[in-house]
Amino acid sequence: MARMTGRRALFAVPVLLTVTFGVFAVAAASPFDPVKAYAGTAGLTASQENLDQLRANLGVDQPLVARWWNWLTSALQGDLGDSSVMRQPVADVIAERLGWSVLLAATAFLIAILLGTGLGVLAARRPGGWLDRGVSSAAYTLEAAPAFWLGLLAIWVFALKLDVLPAGGLTDTASETITFGQVASHLVLPAAVLGVSQLPWFFLYVRQGVTDALAEDPVRGARARGLSERTVLLGHALRSGMLPMLTLIGSRVPELITGALLIETVFSWPGIAAATVQAATSVDFSLLAALTVLATAAVLLGNLLSDLLYGLADPRVAFDG
Amino acid sequence: MTARSIRGAVAATLVTALSLTAAACSNPDSSTGGSATGSTSAVVGIAYEPESLSPLLGYGKDGNSKIFDGLLALDADMQLRPALAAALPEVSADGLTYTYKLRQGVKFSDGEAFSAEDVVFTYRTILDEKTNNASRAELDAVKDVTAKGEDTVVFTLKYPYAPFAQRTVLAIAPEHIAGKQDVNNGAFTTRPIGTGPYVLTKWSKGEKLSFTANPHYWDGEPEVKKFTMAIIKDDDVRATRLRSGDLDGAILPPNLAKGFADDKAKKTYAATTYDYRTVTLPSHNKVAGDTAVRRALDVAVDRETMVKAILNGDGRPAYGPVPTDSEWFTKGTERPHDLAAAKKILDEAGWKPGKDGIRVKDGVRAAFPLWYLSGDKLRQEHALAYASDAKKAGIDIRTEAGTWEVIEPRMKHDAVLAGGGSPADPDFDQYTLLKSSLAGDGFNNMAWYDNKAVDAAIEAGRRSGEPAERKKAYDTVQRELVKNPGYTFLTHIDHLYVVDDRFGALTTQVEPHDHGLASGPWWNVEKWKTESAGGTDK
Repeated sequence: MARMTGRRALFAVPVLLTVTFGVFAVAAASPFDPVKAYAGTAGLTASQENLDQLRANLGVDQPLVARWWNWLTSALQGDLGDSSVMRQPVADVIAERLGWSVLLAATAFLIAILLGTGLGVLAARRPGGWLDRGVSSAAYTLEAAPAFWLGLLAIWVFALKLDVLPAGGLTDTASETITFGQVASHLVLPAAVLGVSQLPWFFLYVRQGVTDALAEDPVRGARARGLSERTVLLGHALRSGMLPMLTLIGSRVPELITGALLIETVFSWPGIAAATVQAATSVDFSLLAALTVLATAAVLLGNLLSDLLYGLADPRVAFDG
Repeated sequence: MTARSIRGAVAATLVTALSLTAAACSNPDSSTGGSATGSTSAVVGIAYEPESLSPLLGYGKDGNSKIFDGLLALDADMQLRPALAAALPEVSADGLTYTYKLRQGVKFSDGEAFSAEDVVFTYRTILDEKTNNASRAELDAVKDVTAKGEDTVVFTLKYPYAPFAQRTVLAIAPEHIAGKQDVNNGAFTTRPIGTGPYVLTKWSKGEKLSFTANPHYWDGEPEVKKFTMAIIKDDDVRATRLRSGDLDGAILPPNLAKGFADDKAKKTYAATTYDYRTVTLPSHNKVAGDTAVRRALDVAVDRETMVKAILNGDGRPAYGPVPTDSEWFTKGTERPHDLAAAKKILDEAGWKPGKDGIRVKDGVRAAFPLWYLSGDKLRQEHALAYASDAKKAGIDIRTEAGTWEVIEPRMKHDAVLAGGGSPADPDFDQYTLLKSSLAGDGFNNMAWYDNKAVDAAIEAGRRSGEPAERKKAYDTVQRELVKNPGYTFLTHIDHLYVVDDRFGALTTQVEPHDHGLASGPWWNVEKWKTESAGGTDK
C-alpha cells in the first residue's frame, strides 16, 4: 500500500510537469492577448507605446519555454508569482478562495454519495417498481443535463419564483461579516445543484451493483438462512454492490471540478473555480498554471484514493506494487 | 483490514477533511465588519467590477472614487471644484506651469496626514514605466511634478495643455503605504487606503464591495453610513434582486428599467452621456475611404429610428463625439436622414448601381465588412441597422462578429462598430480619435483619419487657454466632419438607473463611455440625505 502510494507520487511528477507545460503552450497559442486582458477598457484608448511597455512589464513578450521555466523554478522555491488578472500574488488568490471551493465540492460530493447510495439500494430492492422506474429515468435525464443549466433552473425556481433561498453570493448583499448561518443558507442551492448533477452516476452504479449482488449465491444463501431483509440488503448486497462505486469516487473528481467551475460562476460563489475561468480568458499564466497543478493533483489523489479503498474493501484486489 | 476498520478509517478521513475545510473558511477580514449597526445603509447593483482599486494602476483616474480624492473633483454640472487642493490651480501665462495649494488638515483613513509628497508620489509612480498603468498616455503632457514645502505642488508641462486641470481629478494614493510595496501586485491594490468619504471594509471579488463612511472625512461625514456595491453581471438577476428589495438601486438596460416605471417606491434616472456608438470608415479601404461614400453614409443612416428602436428613446442621435446637448456642440452640423441626398452624392461621384443594386465604380464594388464585438447586443443592433440603411443607398456592408483579438489586425482596412466618450473635456475624445499622427497607434484613430484642417484645429484646441478660442477650434472640427466624415456617428446612449425613493430626489452627472464604479445617481452618495432617523434602516 505504501509502495503503491510512493510509486504514484513519483509518477505524478512528470505528469504535473507535462500538464503545466501544456497550459503554457495552449495559453500561448490561444488568440487571447494577455496585455489586452490586463488593460481592460483602458487598453482601448492606450497608446501602442504604453501597451508595449505593459507587455514587457508583464513578461509576456518572452518565448514560451523561458516563461514556463521561470515560472517553474520560482514555483519550486515557493513563489507562485503574481496574478495579472487579480492584481495580487497567486498564493493570496488561492488562499482566499480554495476553502470555499473545497466546502462547496465536499458538500456536493457528500450529497451525491449519500443520496445516490440510498436511492440505489431502495431501487434495487424492487427492480421495476415505481421508485426504481421513476428515479432511473430521472437519473438518465440528469446525466444529460449540463450543470449550469440546472443551476439557472434552480435560481429561477427557488430564488425568483418561490423566493426561499438566496440567488447567489456567499452572504447577504448588505452583510459584511461571514457567519455560519449566512454561508449555510447560501450554500444550499449551489451544493445541491452540484451534488444532484453528480448523483446519477452513483445511483446507477449502486442500483446495478446491489441488483446483481441480490441475485448471487451468497445472498440467496443468506436469505435461505432466514436472515432479515435488512441484514441481507445492507450487510451482504450493499457491501459487494459498493465495490464499483469506490472506483467511481475517484473518477468523478475531474467531473466535480469542471462542474464546480460552472456552478461557481452561475451562483457568484467566490471560489477558486470562478477564478480559473477568469484566468483562462485573460491568459493569466501564473494563476492558470498554479490552478492546473491543483486540479491535476486533485485528480491524481482521487484516483489513488479510490484504488486504495478498493484494495481495502476487496482483499482479492492486489495493490499495484 | 476488516470492514469495521475501513469504515472507521473512512469516517476519520471525512471528519479530518471537513474540519480542515471549516478551518480554511474562516474569514480573514471578520474584524472589520459589523461597525454600522443602527445606521442607514444603501446597497446598489452594478454590472462591472474593477480589476484593481489602486489609483496607481488607473482606478479613479476620472475622479469620483469613493475611497480616494483627487486634487480637484467634478460637480453635477461637470465644473471643476477643489477637493484635496484648497483652490483651483494657478496657471502660468504660457500654460506650462500649474500650481496647486493643498487643503490643510486632511488625513488618510489610517490617521496619517496627507501631504504634497503623496501627490508627487502618485503622479511620479503612474508616469514610471515599470508601473502597469494602461492610461499613462493621458498624463503625456506632464514633464515633472514637484513639492514646494508641505502644502504646494507644482506641475510643469512639456507643451501647453488646456484641459490639464481636468486630468488632476485623478485619485491620490498614500506614499507611506503604497510606496512600501509592489506597485503592481501589492496588498494596496485590493485593500486601498485613501482620504475619501468612504473606507473599503471588504472586497469579495466577483461578489461585492463593502464601504463604511469615513467619520473623519474633511468634507463632513456622510449620512449613508454603510454603502455596498453588489457585482451582478446578469441584467435579469440584477432587476430581480432590485425588485425583491435586496438592492436599493441598480443600473439597468432600457427594457428592464421600463418594468419599474409604475413602481411608486422607485425612481428611474436617465443619465445623459458622452457614450457614443460610431462606425469607423478606414482610409485604407477603397470604398470606406472614399469621401463621397462617407458623406453618403452619413446622410443615409437613420439615427432617429436607431434611438427609438434600439435605445427605446433613451438616447440621442450623434453627429460627432460631442453630444447635441453639450455646450461644445456646433449648432447646424446636424445631418437629418435623407436617402435621396445620399443617392445623389453617390451618383455624382460615379458610383453607379450594378446588376444586383450594389453600386460599382471603376470595377470596385461598393462593399466592405463591418465588425462588432461579439456578445455586445447593443453594438450588434447598431451594426445591423447601419448595414440595412446603407443597403438602401446601394452600399453592401457585411456585418461580422469577433473579439478584439480578431478585430484589431483588421482595423486598418475593415470598418468597426466602436464606442467611446469622455465628458470632462472635448480634447480627451477628439485628439485620440482624429489626430492623423496617432493613426493605427493601438486603438487610437482607428479609422486612420487624416485631415490637415482637423489636425490643426485639435492642436489649437488643446494648446489655447482661452475658452472662446477653444470653442472656435472644436467648431472647425465639427464642420470638417460634415465635409469629410471619417466615422459615421450613430447615437449617444443614456444610462438608466432605478433607485429606491427613500433617498429622495437624486442627481446624475454627465457620464462617460466607461461604466465607472461611481457613475449613476450614487455618484455623490456621500451627500445623500436619508429620511428622518429611524424606520428607514434595512
